[in-house]
Amino acid sequence: MSAFAARRRTLPGFGLTMGLTLSWLSVIILIPLAGLFLKSLELSPEQFWNILTSRRTLNALRVSFGLAFAAASVNLVMGSIIVWALVRYRFPGRRLFDAIVDVPFALPTAVAGVALTALFAEKGWLGAPLAAAGIKVAFTPVGIFVAMIFIGIPFVVRTVQPVLQDLDPEIEEAAGSLGASRWQTIIRVILPSLAPALLTGLALAFARAVGEYGSVIFIAGNLPNVSEIAPLLIVIRLSEFRYADATAIAAVMLVVSFVIIFAVNRLQRWSQSRIPAR
Amino acid sequence: MTIEVKNLVKKFGGFSALDGVDLKVNDGELLALLGPSGSGKTTLLRIIAGLDWPDAGEVSFNGEDALAQGARERHVGFVFQHYALFRHMTVFENVAFGLRVQPRAIRKDEATIRARVKELLDLVQLDWLSDRYPSQLSGGQRQRIALARALAIEPRILLLDEPFGALDAKVRKELRRWLRSLHHEIHVTSIFVTHDQEEALEVANRVVVMDKGRIEQIGSPDDVYERPASAFVHGFIGESIELPVQVEGGVVRLGDRPLALAADGIASGTSKLFVRRHDMLVGPPGSGAFEGAVQHVRNFGPVQRAEVALSGGETIEIDAPRDKELRPGDTIGLEPRRYRIFAGA
Repeated sequence: MSAFAARRRTLPGFGLTMGLTLSWLSVIILIPLAGLFLKSLELSPEQFWNILTSRRTLNALRVSFGLAFAAASVNLVMGSIIVWALVRYRFPGRRLFDAIVDVPFALPTAVAGVALTALFAEKGWLGAPLAAAGIKVAFTPVGIFVAMIFIGIPFVVRTVQPVLQDLDPEIEEAAGSLGASRWQTIIRVILPSLAPALLTGLALAFARAVGEYGSVIFIAGNLPNVSEIAPLLIVIRLSEFRYADATAIAAVMLVVSFVIIFAVNRLQRWSQSRIPAR
Repeated sequence: MTIEVKNLVKKFGGFSALDGVDLKVNDGELLALLGPSGSGKTTLLRIIAGLDWPDAGEVSFNGEDALAQGARERHVGFVFQHYALFRHMTVFENVAFGLRVQPRAIRKDEATIRARVKELLDLVQLDWLSDRYPSQLSGGQRQRIALARALAIEPRILLLDEPFGALDAKVRKELRRWLRSLHHEIHVTSIFVTHDQEEALEVANRVVVMDKGRIEQIGSPDDVYERPASAFVHGFIGESIELPVQVEGGVVRLGDRPLALAADGIASGTSKLFVRRHDMLVGPPGSGAFEGAVQHVRNFGPVQRAEVALSGGETIEIDAPRDKELRPGDTIGLEPRRYRIFAGA
């Protein structure tokens, strides 16, 4: 036996777990994704290009990515404020509010969609006063935006919460005794310490909103070019048996999502590298 | 800057952290607050810094009421046990922080800030680390950076909370000496909290011994070691043999055995006899106030430590010079060279 093979590992089972990991990830993730790309290869480059640049596809992608980003940004701001209140203050009902944050995680998305639609429909509890003010939510892009905020909020809260909890209060005391105002402490000390977690929360909320289907289609109205999201367009193409069209849109969504997540990840890693673990 | 604390009271729930503390700190002195954990020393420091607020009492700096100001206005440098450095900033930016957050009207220009930070990093001898992040430094280096950061705002007072508590023994000793010489150089009124008596006695000009939210004794390191004011101080500082004794009309008894020790001026009743370990002189059986049998002997550098079962039933540990021959099973006489009796303890 060669000297290399004779070397024993202290932790047994590397071969087994590595093999399982690779085959499992292949079966669950890589092979379906490869299939997606292979299917879209049935199209000639020209056809592919035409599908992508058709008005309806471009509008659907714009609605999906644009609104997802807007919703994730709103979630980032509101989520941070919610985390701050939940972690830093003790008030009656704190545990209840903390539990409520998880509701969008647990609720079937179709249920959320129906509930939001009923709430924001023209006769709904919130829809009626908004309609009186001239704002139409249900069956418009605003409705999509609302649904995306709803499903994204727990991602920001649950990512940032543990990091803020771990942030040593002495850090703030140190900043205060060095003469920093409360505001300066937040801007210069607390936010930079939370930056990696905030970026992760943003990325997760964004990814979830881009892929959201169940809750959005109920409230969106699904008007082509106006309030039609890309995942819905894929479903429509599938029901028309235009599989190659569907996979082409899907492949583009995949690539764009991947690029965005990758970019956020790099940004996060960059800010993390400046705050290595203790 | 002088600091005066009057009748300070602070409770946490039912626990009395400070129970009527009076203290005067002189300008330019280096004062140690020494006591076991839970004695209130850190609470006292935090109240002086403005990080905690007392339930009652006064704190004044140079005669002006400090409690009217928040931590931000007090201009006090505070050094935390676990450094509390800003992890996302370089060493340079950590030290510069206090200068950068100054109100615009008095904020210095960038060149002045850079020069000042450089000067401080030179002072703590770590200028070569200015581009590193805190996580890349050793504990001792982090604490020196924390100190430089606190000094950047030219504090009127420097407060250090167990500054060397998280460091290993060797680094601690180095930093102690270094802190002393640094204080000699900059002369800012400083208070540091410690539970380590050696640290307090070695570094401070004056030592405040605290227990259970009260001050037991204030004095020079010599005072608290040589002339402890209470049984607590004698037991806490230096290694002492502690024996429960009865005093009746000037006669001291251990159990039913009278001891040949003077107890002038000590009230009759249950008392405590304290002798430093190295103050117990070993003699032949029958000599001295005590008699006992040697049980174990261990060698500790220049001394040997012997466990001795006294004929009164108590077992004590003594430190004897190495040249004295002690063997387990020997019966020896013991005479305290010096001792203290505290009534009622």
